[in-house]
Amino acid sequence: MRSRRFTRAMLVAVAVAFGATGCMEVEQTSIGQKQGRYQGKPDGHPWDNAPLALGGGNAKWTKGDRNTWEAQLKSRAEVQNEYKRIGQ
Amino acid sequence: MARMKFLCDAERCIECNGCVTACKQEHEVPWGVNRRRVVTINDGVIGAEKSISVACMHCSDAPCMAVCPVDCFYRTEDGVVLHDKDLCIGCGYCFYACPFGAPQFPQAGAFGLRGKMDKCTFCAGGPEPDRSEAEFKKYGRNRLAEGKLPVCAEMCSTKALLGGDGDVIADIYRQRVTTRHKGSEVWGWGTAYGQGKPGAAPAPAGAKS
Repeated sequence: MRSRRFTRAMLVAVAVAFGATGCMEVEQTSIGQKQGRYQGKPDGHPWDNAPLALGGGNAKWTKGDRNTWEAQLKSRAEVQNEYKRIGQ
Repeated sequence: MARMKFLCDAERCIECNGCVTACKQEHEVPWGVNRRRVVTINDGVIGAEKSISVACMHCSDAPCMAVCPVDCFYRTEDGVVLHDKDLCIGCGYCFYACPFGAPQFPQAGAFGLRGKMDKCTFCAGGPEPDRSEAEFKKYGRNRLAEGKLPVCAEMCSTKALLGGDGDVIADIYRQRVTTRHKGSEVWGWGTAYGQGKPGAAPAPAGAKS
């Protein structure tokens, strides 16, 4: 009688456990992906390229050095300021 | 650290559409897609007509990035918002989220079928090897990797459209405003919070800038 009750209790517990799993949110992304994060291919840094030998518009920076690349873009952006261009 | 931005000076833009043409030519943008366009308000009204050139503004907290169901957007270290076309499903959510109408969708087939989203890349290409043929075909030319700035800004005949590091172009614009004594209310404190000191009433509607 006692073992019967125990078996019934166990069966109920297992049924509840299985039933509860139905309420869980199913993972919908494949392994290695995180929801809300960029899922695409990695992109390189523009400063990791060497300046073009031809057609680079006298662009100068050291390959792999972000600071020199930023300095190049800043000096190029200053060309948009005609107040400075006129003074030169 | 550079943070790339565009700024269009409405006092200088003459609606020539040179920026639109330069962009289409540089990136060989297909028919029906405009990464950049010129918007004019009060068209034909003397003294009140203003034009600005609009494209992706590379938002610091980009809504397109927030709504994308496949998370194909990313922001580069220099603040440019780009996306992976291999992941894009062309759903159009980004178009509805963008306040500037920047995302564009080419017609990919019959019956108005939408292709993968295309938008301004700040001439920074995309997630393909820099300056490669694959990058050019999918995203256009990568001018930043050539040490250059976006072609639309560099080609602008009146230098209304400025592009580059936000600090640098803000300095250029500030110098213009202080030199011509006009235009500070167009972008900045005056537009957001009104004339004069913080908390003052905004400028009356229709007032000449």
